[in-house]
Amino acid sequence: MKQSTVSFTWFLVVVLSFCCGLADGWAQDGTPEAIDTGNTAWVLVSSAFVLCMTLPGLALFYGGLVRSKNILGTLMHTAIILCLISIVWVLVGYSLAFGTDVGGVIGGLEFIGLLGVGEEAYPGTGIPHLVFMVFQLMFAAITVALITGSFAERMKFTALLLFAVLWSIFIYSPLAHWVWGGGWLAEMGALDFAGGAVVHISSGFAALACALVLGKRRNYGVEPMPPHNLPMTVMGTGLLWFGWFGFNAGSALGANGGAAVAFVATHIAACAGGISWMVAEWIRTGKPTMLGLASGIIAGLATVTPAAGFVAPLSALVIGLVAGVICYVAVLWKIKLGYDDSLDVVGIHGVGGFTGILATGLLASVGAQGLFFGNPGQFKVQLILAVVTVLFAFVGTYVILKIVDLTVGLRVSSRDEEVGLDLSQHDERAYSRWG
Amino acid sequence: MKRVEAIIKPFKLDEVKDALIELGIQGMTVTEVKGFGRQKGHKETYRGTEYQIDFVPKVKMELVVSDALEPKVIETLARAARTGSIGDGKIFVSDVNSVVRIRTGETGEGVL
Repeated sequence: MKQSTVSFTWFLVVVLSFCCGLADGWAQDGTPEAIDTGNTAWVLVSSAFVLCMTLPGLALFYGGLVRSKNILGTLMHTAIILCLISIVWVLVGYSLAFGTDVGGVIGGLEFIGLLGVGEEAYPGTGIPHLVFMVFQLMFAAITVALITGSFAERMKFTALLLFAVLWSIFIYSPLAHWVWGGGWLAEMGALDFAGGAVVHISSGFAALACALVLGKRRNYGVEPMPPHNLPMTVMGTGLLWFGWFGFNAGSALGANGGAAVAFVATHIAACAGGISWMVAEWIRTGKPTMLGLASGIIAGLATVTPAAGFVAPLSALVIGLVAGVICYVAVLWKIKLGYDDSLDVVGIHGVGGFTGILATGLLASVGAQGLFFGNPGQFKVQLILAVVTVLFAFVGTYVILKIVDLTVGLRVSSRDEEVGLDLSQHDERAYSRWG
Repeated sequence: MKRVEAIIKPFKLDEVKDALIELGIQGMTVTEVKGFGRQKGHKETYRGTEYQIDFVPKVKMELVVSDALEPKVIETLARAARTGSIGDGKIFVSDVNSVVRIRTGETGEGVL
């Protein structure tokens, strides 16, 4: 009793000192850079767009693909990650990613708890620092949520919580710093417009580590595990597509021509990706499928993400067409190799992101030049960016998973898995049998 | 009295129901069921993964009819549910000993 009073007092002191610090941080001196209302409006709206990608977009996309006994558990993975990582980002993540560069490797601690992050303009953008921070927050959240597709239907909830926090702090923040926060990859001139490496390669190859370390679902390959509600997945696809305009065009950080380039490239690649996956599947199996079309749309969107603000419309078309086929082939390889990346995070986000980073090195022509536009050096830098991200995400995730496994354990029991996550982990059911 | 149980193709339900109502049938119970007969299941493909689905969705229709009406019901049901292709289903007929209308306690064929 006495101990809890003491710790509560200590907690109050910490919270109060943070609040005072926050007030200090908001005090301005010197002549601040002017706030551009148009830019601010667009990035605020874009932040909400990216939120909509995560919840409900990604949640529904994944939710429809699992079996009905795991739908709530799957929705919850995405929803709790959104809440949890937002707080982590505010407390430490943002500072590690965008604080003053320390040796090219990590951001400083001056923005911890958003100290000093206020209404003043983020340098060179004309948008308030807080707006830049919250836009980046949405990226941090969705990246971790993307990984959940690889271990769907079998991860313990406590393990998910611990994994998400560790991954965001030790993988996402450093990577975001290297590429976007003035770190060593940014210094090399690596191009990643909206997160082909930071978001998609990182989540995709983290997903590969997850699929390998957690192992297959119980009875994988023995009993059928078809999606329980594809209309839900298609609804999620539409919301992801809608939100992706904020993700990519918002990454211009302004209401300007760059946003227009990214917006148009995003839409073209989504359409082309959907068509090419569907046609590839049609040729191979004899039937075009809705899930194939939806998967191709997401593959096109993920692949164009790093290139969006740097490519002309016809380049985006090429990127989308290539994305649909490559990602479909990657998903077929998974079946041959036999690992259980349950909702194909590796094939769509990992391979799509990798392809997009390289495509940027080939096709960039707006504000930067790729190999086809007379700058072969850019392709080399992009190759380094892609490979470094793969290695960092895979190895880092592997280590984190081992730590989580040794502390709280990664998987639910075989019996809980058989019953399903909804009843075994959460004591609730999505579809009541008697109405 | 006879109990008639028919396993039919789901999309035939309304056609069969209308034909039976025309015959003077007052009520029936239907259930969505899954099963297989000689038709066996079918193949489904999701992102390149093929599943053999053994249990195919069907509708099970149950009705209890008077002995006099039974042959007509069977004939109508079989005609309305038929497509001519594999998987049209089956009709099972069995005897029923008694029936009670819960609201009034009445018994016998008049309840049907």
